[in-house]
Amino acid sequence: MRIDGKGRGIDHSRVLRFSFDGQGYEGVAGDTLASALLANGVRMVARSFKYHRPRGIMTAGSEEPNALVTLGRGAAQAPNQRATVVEMHEGLEARSQNRWPSLGFDVLAVNDLMAPFIGAGFYYKTFMWPRAFWERVYEPAIRRAAGLGALSGVAAEDGHERAYAHCDLLVIGAGPAGLMAAWAAAEAGADVILAEEDLAPGGRLLAEAEEVDGIEGADWAAGLARDLAARPNVRIMTRTSVTGAYDGGTYGAFERSAPGMAARHGAPKGCFWRIVARRAVLASGALERPVAFAANDRPGVMMAGAVRAYLNRWGVAPGQSAVVFGNNDGAHRTVADLQGAGVHVAALVDARTGVECALDVPFYAGAQVTGTSGRRGLEAVMVATAKGEVRLAADCLAVSGGWNPTVHLACHMGARPVWDESLAAFLAPEGAVPGMEVAGAAAGRFSTRACLASGLEAGLRAARDLGLPVPNITAPPAQDGRYDILPLWQVPGRGRAWLDFQNDVTVKDVVQAAKENFRSVEHMKRYTTQGMAPDQGKNSNVAALAVLAAASGRTIPETGTTTFRPPYVPVPVAAMGAGARGKGFAPERLTTSHGASVVRGAPMIEAGLWYRPSYFPRAGETHWRQSCDREVAMVRQSVGVCDVSTLGKIDVQGPDAARFLDFVYTNAMSKLAEGRVRYGLMLREDGHVMDDGTCARLGAAHYLVTTTTAAAGQVMRHLDFAAQVLRSDLDARAISVTEQWAQFAVAGPNARDVLAGVLDEVPDLPFMGFGEVRIGAVAARLFRISFSGELGYEIAVPARFGAALSDLLVARAEAMGGGAYGMEALNVLRIEKGFITHAEIHGRVTAFDIGMQGVMSTKKDFVGRAAASRPGLMEEGREQLVGLKPVGEIKEILAGAHLFDEGAEAVSANDRGYVTSACYSPTLGHVIALGFLARGRARIGERVRAVDHLRGSVTICEVCAPGWVDPEGGRMRG
Amino acid sequence: MRLPCPLCGARDIREFSHMGAALARPDGGDWGPDWNDYLHNRDNPAGQTEELWYHGQGCGGWLVVTRDTVRHEVRGARLAGEGAGA
Repeated sequence: MRIDGKGRGIDHSRVLRFSFDGQGYEGVAGDTLASALLANGVRMVARSFKYHRPRGIMTAGSEEPNALVTLGRGAAQAPNQRATVVEMHEGLEARSQNRWPSLGFDVLAVNDLMAPFIGAGFYYKTFMWPRAFWERVYEPAIRRAAGLGALSGVAAEDGHERAYAHCDLLVIGAGPAGLMAAWAAAEAGADVILAEEDLAPGGRLLAEAEEVDGIEGADWAAGLARDLAARPNVRIMTRTSVTGAYDGGTYGAFERSAPGMAARHGAPKGCFWRIVARRAVLASGALERPVAFAANDRPGVMMAGAVRAYLNRWGVAPGQSAVVFGNNDGAHRTVADLQGAGVHVAALVDARTGVECALDVPFYAGAQVTGTSGRRGLEAVMVATAKGEVRLAADCLAVSGGWNPTVHLACHMGARPVWDESLAAFLAPEGAVPGMEVAGAAAGRFSTRACLASGLEAGLRAARDLGLPVPNITAPPAQDGRYDILPLWQVPGRGRAWLDFQNDVTVKDVVQAAKENFRSVEHMKRYTTQGMAPDQGKNSNVAALAVLAAASGRTIPETGTTTFRPPYVPVPVAAMGAGARGKGFAPERLTTSHGASVVRGAPMIEAGLWYRPSYFPRAGETHWRQSCDREVAMVRQSVGVCDVSTLGKIDVQGPDAARFLDFVYTNAMSKLAEGRVRYGLMLREDGHVMDDGTCARLGAAHYLVTTTTAAAGQVMRHLDFAAQVLRSDLDARAISVTEQWAQFAVAGPNARDVLAGVLDEVPDLPFMGFGEVRIGAVAARLFRISFSGELGYEIAVPARFGAALSDLLVARAEAMGGGAYGMEALNVLRIEKGFITHAEIHGRVTAFDIGMQGVMSTKKDFVGRAAASRPGLMEEGREQLVGLKPVGEIKEILAGAHLFDEGAEAVSANDRGYVTSACYSPTLGHVIALGFLARGRARIGERVRAVDHLRGSVTICEVCAPGWVDPEGGRMRG
Repeated sequence: MRLPCPLCGARDIREFSHMGAALARPDGGDWGPDWNDYLHNRDNPAGQTEELWYHGQGCGGWLVVTRDTVRHEVRGARLAGEGAGA
């Protein structure tokens, strides 16, 4: 219930309505869902993972293991949200999880009665056979019974974003240490980012009743934060959890939007940051740890520090009568705060002996809580004292087992934390993350005064490391005190004592794991599931391994810890992948003729990131083949125009350009005359074909290389490699100009006539010639090359004139009975000629395989020369490029079919090759195909079987030389 | 992870692609053991390595990056065409 006049973090006057499991409640501005539920007396908020036990709110931060709820519905449904960090807002709708039909009456609570039978390893031992049942029966059933919240099944909206930030110093955590570090570095002039998980800076100062610099600690923090925020070199990022530390000073962070902001239409729900920092200070504080005693999971059992936070920050009393149990001075402080808020304290139970109590409270020194009772929440606490067991009525039990420095981020790069005997806790080793220093409670400095001093030191050291003048700053006066702790992990006794509340792991489970010889802490973790899932060992780790150490007769440092891995808190995958869905994942590259192609009704197909027209349907054509056949005939008989801008274009210049190209091509480009074009083949260094294309010599020291569409990026990278690494002695440079030039193929007997109507003057180019031409004021390039086997040109203009030229060429072609043609026709035209694409040069073929061994110069070194000369890459038995045509009953050949000798069984041992490309040739009136066949060139005229087991197709084929139409090439030379 | 491109400064790893150890290409010649080593055989050192990285999303430069595989520490980078090793 709410305490009048208490709660520095809330505004009593601003009431906000919310619902939990359909029931309406009221909270106030500044509340979390957890504080509002406690204020309304709601104690049971969840069912546990495995045993479906009633659970209540245990902590006041992101480490909360119990209070996981589902928010929202449909596409906005978010499961497993920790109620302790969900900010209250008007209309908040939360539901409990892992219960059916309701939180109060949960059928699977029967699991709790079965507990003796379903301890650690139960699944592995029980659901062994029949084996096939695991996937279909056992696992789905277990998944339904155990577990957390569920997704709605509706695709989420793209509600997140990603961003980058850079700074001199990243301070992680804005408690007293973090604030001091940020202040010191900011004063020195460093660019500082101060990231704070909470919605306001202050850290523990928001939760404690204590003074800093003579004023309330929270006010001091707010004042300093205001001062820092006003500086141009400081950026305070609240609601931002730093989730991981990575190489090179890179940190991941997730920023939640404030509820008001997230509700705005189009505003992001959160942002995943990559922060690059030259230095970092980890001031992430410490997490209080529970003590394992029987039934320590009952709603009403809370961490002592959380109880203080609910009292001081949110003005909420978590109960009417409390017992406080601890092994350090924090327990005494909790009693004082409870009494100060008017809450009755039934007893202070201190596990230490010989300690004094200055408070007016029944005090049991050297005593321990041994158990709890109550139906759906805590009703009584059993305490073992020197004089025997007492039973105390209480609805709240505040527990402190001491504090674990939050060293997660310092250990993300593989460092193992080091045990500190005096703190009974693990600390990060020095230099665990390069450039990061740990300060404050995260470094085991638990008093406010020590935190301030340690943060200041860290900030000053960062300034010095950054080469900045060190400012003269002193830490303000604050409370000091010794951290006097008696290690206490478990209270012996009957009954289950929880270590990991989130995964329902008890002391018994860890002891059993040790008995079964899962003695390595990593094995124990996996066997019992302790510290898994969102918990990541925040509450349970140290206690669990202390129990394991005791059970296996080792010390805690001998036992060691499990590995800390990012993320520190759960990060929505939607945030990490923000902006990378759909077109954000695969952006579109559009040619200059794209709009015109779409207007003509062409279906656009993907070619890498490019989109190209597959065919141009005309009135009356109902099937793609009709359009394709017409376009092929058009090119063969009249003229066609095709946008070939997607082919890679690389400009190569320099006095040594010719020698450079000799090195990357198998053939000698230095012998190419100016104004001429040559077909060229590039190999990889392993002797296999990388790519093919044309190379035009534009001038003595100026070449233009074209690549296939698919390999443009790879070839560019390769040329850079060759120029910079392999032949840095040559004075030549290459740059991609693919985007700068729009290029169109004009092919067919009437090609020259089309050009005549477009160019100012058509030069009399020989086959494989190049010339500079003009279209009015625009300088263009004309190449007489052909991928169709017809008289053909490619004309290139600066990309900004591409759309206009495309329209001009197509209109002109149409006037002559031709028109635009697409990818389907382009493919048929090249197969009819036996020309290859990456269907053939797929990465495993050599120049020999495609019959181009003659294109490999023997007079010079080139990339791939030595490896290509290996006998295995030149032997006659290799699969060689051939043509195929059906000669039996069946007239289809499918690309992907495998080739077998006519009488041989179609099994892999008899495999002789495969089909790479196939099409119906309207020119020939039957299907043709290209493929690779063992000893293929020697088998022209023989018959083979093409078998496609997947599609059930068997075709008798005749092996032919690849290239059916005009094999002598008279038409394209013409 | 970030790499110090000599031309662009420290840049995010996503701008680069990796090609493995920076080895000297054998001097032309016919196939032989040195070619076999260059193409196929790689050491897997624990400690300092020299690797080739391509700044494809940046300046297009090929870099030789000196890196410690144990400490994940990048010690430096130079343009591959300059200096010894490549």
